Amino acid sequence: MTEFWWVYLWPVLWIVIKILLLVVPLLIGVAYLTYAERKVIGAMHLRRGPNVVGPYGLLQPIADGMKLFFKETIIPTGANKVVFLVAPMLTFSLALIAWAVIPVGNGLVIANINVGVLYLFAISSLGVYGILMAGWSSNSKYAFLGGLRSAAQMVSYEVSMGFIIITVLLVAGSLNLSDIVRAQQETIWFVVPLFPMAIIFFITTLAETNRHPFDMPEAESELVSGYNVEYSAMTFALFFLGEYANMILMAGMTTILFLGGWLPILDVAPFNWIPGPIWFALKMAFVLFIFLWVRATFPRYRYDQVMRLGWKVFLPISLAAVVIVGGIVVTFDINPLGR
Amino acid sequence: MIIQTLAFYLFSIITIVAAVMVISARNPVHSVLFLILAFFNSAGLFVLLGAEFLAMVMVVVYVGAVAVLFMFVVMMLDVNIAELRQGFLQYLPLGGIVGLVLLMELAVVAGGFVISPEVSERFAAPIPVPSDIANTEALGNIIYTKYVYFFQAAGIILLVAMIGAIVLTHRSREGTRKQRISNQVNRRPEDTIEIKKVSTGSGI
Repeated sequence: MTEFWWVYLWPVLWIVIKILLLVVPLLIGVAYLTYAERKVIGAMHLRRGPNVVGPYGLLQPIADGMKLFFKETIIPTGANKVVFLVAPMLTFSLALIAWAVIPVGNGLVIANINVGVLYLFAISSLGVYGILMAGWSSNSKYAFLGGLRSAAQMVSYEVSMGFIIITVLLVAGSLNLSDIVRAQQETIWFVVPLFPMAIIFFITTLAETNRHPFDMPEAESELVSGYNVEYSAMTFALFFLGEYANMILMAGMTTILFLGGWLPILDVAPFNWIPGPIWFALKMAFVLFIFLWVRATFPRYRYDQVMRLGWKVFLPISLAAVVIVGGIVVTFDINPLGR
Repeated sequence: MIIQTLAFYLFSIITIVAAVMVISARNPVHSVLFLILAFFNSAGLFVLLGAEFLAMVMVVVYVGAVAVLFMFVVMMLDVNIAELRQGFLQYLPLGGIVGLVLLMELAVVAGGFVISPEVSERFAAPIPVPSDIANTEALGNIIYTKYVYFFQAAGIILLVAMIGAIVLTHRSREGTRKQRISNQVNRRPEDTIEIKKVSTGSGI
C-alpha cells in the first residue's frame, strides 16, 4: 500500500498541488487586472474608477464575478449549441495550460521541457479557435464578422512573432525557457541587444491578444461587441477572463524573452534579497501597465491598416532581423550558455 | 510508466474516433473541428515517442495555420444539409468505384511493403539514442549539414508554389481607390490648412 502511494498517487498529487499553487495566484491576478485596468484608465481620464464596493473598490472584481455567475446563460436560437458552449471553455483553458512551461523562478516551473518556447507558440496559436468557434456558432452576423477579422489578424501577426522569437533563440542558443533566462543572467537582458525586436514583439502581443489598438474583433462601434456579442453570464465571463489571462501570459512571455525573467535588475545587495517570483511578477506588472496605457492612449486602427502593419512592416523587419542576428551570432561566435 | 501507457491509449483512441468523425460528421465545420482534434492528439502521440520538436511543429503548422485556413473557408460556405444529401444515390456508384480503387491501391502498397535490408540490420543493433542531445539540436545538425541541399531544394519548391499561387489568384482591378501610405504620411498641415485672420463683422 505504501509503495502504491509513493509510486503512483504521490507524483500525481504533487503535480496537482503545483498546478494549484500556480493557477490560484494567476486567477486572483486576472481578477485584479480587471480592477487595475479600470483604475489606471480612470486615472488617465481624470476619473476615480471603481471605489464603492469595499475599501478603494477592492472588492469590485469579486462583485462582478458573483454577478456574472448568478446570471442566466442565454443560448440564442439557431446557435450551434455544443460549439457555442465549448468556445469559451477552450479560450479559457488554453490561456491557463500555457502556464505549464513558464518558469516563475529559478527551477520553479511545472514542466521544464526542452521545447518550451515552441510549446508557448503552439498554444498561443490555438487561441484563434475559441474566437472563430464563438463567431461561427453564434449564428449572428456581427459575431461572425468579428470571428473572421480575428482569425486573419492573429494568423498575420503570429508570423512576425515567430520570427522575433527566433532571433531570441539564436542569441540564447536554447529553446528551453529557463535556459533563455540563464543566458540573460550570463550576458545582459535581451531587451538591450535586441531592442527594436522587443518593441515589435510587444506590439504583436497586443495584436495577438486582440487588445487596443488592434481590438478589431470587438470594435464596438462597428460590430457591437464582435465575437462575444451573443454570450451572457458565465460563458461571457470565461471569454473575459480568458482575454485577461492571455494578457498576463503574453506579459510573462515578454518578461522571459526580453526582460530577464526572474532575475533582479542588478545583482547587488538589496535587489537580490527579493526572491525571483516577486521580480517576475513586478516585471509582468510593468508590461501589463503598458498594455493598459496603450489602451488609454491610442485610437483603434482601421482594419486595412492592421493588415498593412502586420504584413508590410513587421514581417520584412523581423525577417531581416533573423538574418542579421544570425549573421552576428555566427561571426562573433556568441554562445552565452557555453555549449 | 503506467501513466504513459494510459496516455498512449487515451491519445490514440481520441485520434481514431476524431478521424472517423471527420468523414462522418454532417456539418463541414464540425469535420474541421474534429480534424483539429485528431491533429492535436497525434501531436500528443509524438510527445510520447520522445519527438517533442515534431509534436510542437505539428501543432504550430497544422493546427495553428493550415486548419485555421480550412476553417476560414468552410465557415463561409452556406451549407444546406438537405441539399447535400439530395444527389447522394446518384453519385454513390461513381464515388464507390473511386473509393474501391483507392482501397485496392493502398492494399497493394501495404502488401508490398518491405523494410530495406540496410534498415533491418539497424533493428538488430540500433543506434544508441544520445541522451545529451536535444531533439531540436539533433534535427538541426542533420538538416543543415548533411541534407542542406535537399533542405534548400524543398524551400525553393515551396517558394515557387507560393509565387505561383499569388500569380494565379492576383488580378489587378481597375477603378479601385487605393490608399497611398506615403502620400498620407507626407501630408503636412501647411499644405492643407490655411489659417486666416477673420476680422469681426466682415468675414473672409
